[in-house]
Amino acid sequence: MSAARFEAGTFTPAPGRGPLGRMLATQVALETKLALRQGEQVLLTLIIPLALLVGLSLLEFVPLPEPRVDAALATVLALAVMSTAFTSQAISLGFDRRYGVLRRLAATAVPRSMIVLGRLGGMAAVVLVQVVVLGAVALALGWRPGLGSPGWALLLVVLGTAAFGAVGVLLGGSLRAELVLAVANIVWFVLLFAGGVLVPASALPGPLAVVVQLLPSGALAEGLRTALLGGTPALGHIVVLIVWAVVAGGIATRTVRWT
Amino acid sequence: MSGSPAALSVRGLVVRYQGRAAVDGLDLDLAPGSVLALLGPNGAGKTTTVEVCEGLRSRDSGEVRVLGADPAGAPDTLRARIGVMPQGGGAYPGVRVREMVGLVAACAADPLDPDWLVDTLGLAGCARTPYKRLSVGQQQRLALACAVVGRPELVFLDEPTASLDPQGRRLVWDLVRALRADGVAVLLTTHLMQEAETLADHIVIVDHGRVVAEGSPEDLTAAGADRELRFRAAAGMDLKLLTAALPEGCTVSEPSSGSYLVEGAIDPQVLSTVTSWCARQGVLADDLRVARRSLEDVFLELTGRELRS
Repeated sequence: MSAARFEAGTFTPAPGRGPLGRMLATQVALETKLALRQGEQVLLTLIIPLALLVGLSLLEFVPLPEPRVDAALATVLALAVMSTAFTSQAISLGFDRRYGVLRRLAATAVPRSMIVLGRLGGMAAVVLVQVVVLGAVALALGWRPGLGSPGWALLLVVLGTAAFGAVGVLLGGSLRAELVLAVANIVWFVLLFAGGVLVPASALPGPLAVVVQLLPSGALAEGLRTALLGGTPALGHIVVLIVWAVVAGGIATRTVRWT
Repeated sequence: MSGSPAALSVRGLVVRYQGRAAVDGLDLDLAPGSVLALLGPNGAGKTTTVEVCEGLRSRDSGEVRVLGADPAGAPDTLRARIGVMPQGGGAYPGVRVREMVGLVAACAADPLDPDWLVDTLGLAGCARTPYKRLSVGQQQRLALACAVVGRPELVFLDEPTASLDPQGRRLVWDLVRALRADGVAVLLTTHLMQEAETLADHIVIVDHGRVVAEGSPEDLTAAGADRELRFRAAAGMDLKLLTAALPEGCTVSEPSSGSYLVEGAIDPQVLSTVTSWCARQGVLADDLRVARRSLEDVFLELTGRELRS
């Protein structure tokens, strides 16, 4: 009976670990595809930033320094990083834990550090896609990268991804999936309007202006606006991002649960 | 292979949850190329035991050797040699069936062909369906595919047929038999008696984290060997003579009118005594059955009949 379905020798053991590079590449490619395939995530990571980029660049009623498109790009890059590294990452981690995928992978030959690396790789790949897409649209809207300091901007994007990623993992790795979903979306919304992303720190009332610059959102957005408008970002903003990445990452390594 | 270590050896395993022992001094042995069924009611500690063996859960005490190594450190080299089918879950909510099998296959050096496996497990029709939209049975077959795709030496199947239809169950049974025939050791948990009886070389019945009985399916069903013989005949026969004719230890009763029950060690001698006694009474013993205890009887006797949460 079984012979009919499975030829003898089909399952003869041949165990062993696949090449690490292939394992990592497969996981990064899959996690990237998953992130770019899911409607709500794409809305958050690409559609909203794109709409804001176009809107902020073309609609004059929002006060922005000139050239408008440069300032708008800085704003939406900060938003894009926050959406992917924090909100999307936290939500998908919450549900991946619920669905037991981390345990599934932990039971394969993949070293656990590689599983984490694969996740981060997927996140980095999505940020790269965002930078390319938003950059291309900004170019079409008249952005001239030569005016600003793309090198600084890139560094800020990397540090911002690390800082928001660490907080996202911390959140997504500790609460129930539904709670993660709610908290991640609320925080995203609050930071967008009152965290220094859409509304610059300088336009916020007194104490809030100081506080937002200590948040990863404010530090990243302010730093990017400075960098893309030709200046050198404040050391303080860079330090804020590094501190968030290190502190949240440190706590996350201790508290994050795989299930 | 001579001198090859047991596929699995567990001695005195104890795992506590908040002070309560979920597994309480469990011993298990699994030889290479054989099937061990861990049978028990819900909450008996089956899954906990399996998860300790898989290296996914830590233990409070006891010795565990999986393919000769301690799974506690969960060395990558050991995990490369085992296949795991968890009870429920085990995939990204949005991942497609073929993608998930491909990902787990990429973790192995010499995996089975994912396309073939997806097709063979009857998942070709939903190869592009996201995990969260699969039926529970499809999810289970996907989990099974992921457990075997890396060509492991030892496979852990936690309730592999719990939500499958009869066809799906047959498929899994065939697969387990094929694994065994190809030299793969299989530890499966189940609360289906028939499954354990059909597949396993050795059955361990656990309850409250302890082994309550173990042996081959034949041992377990014959053990305690109080078997019974039932027959129907005219109601109200005088059983004194029959009792006297039967070997010592056998008792006869008429539980319901016209239905007789002989309890004791039923052998051919007892059978012929009963039929010849009926012949002398001038009655025909009808519907004569020697009842072998089913594994379910054994199981319920050992673990009680009350419902578990």
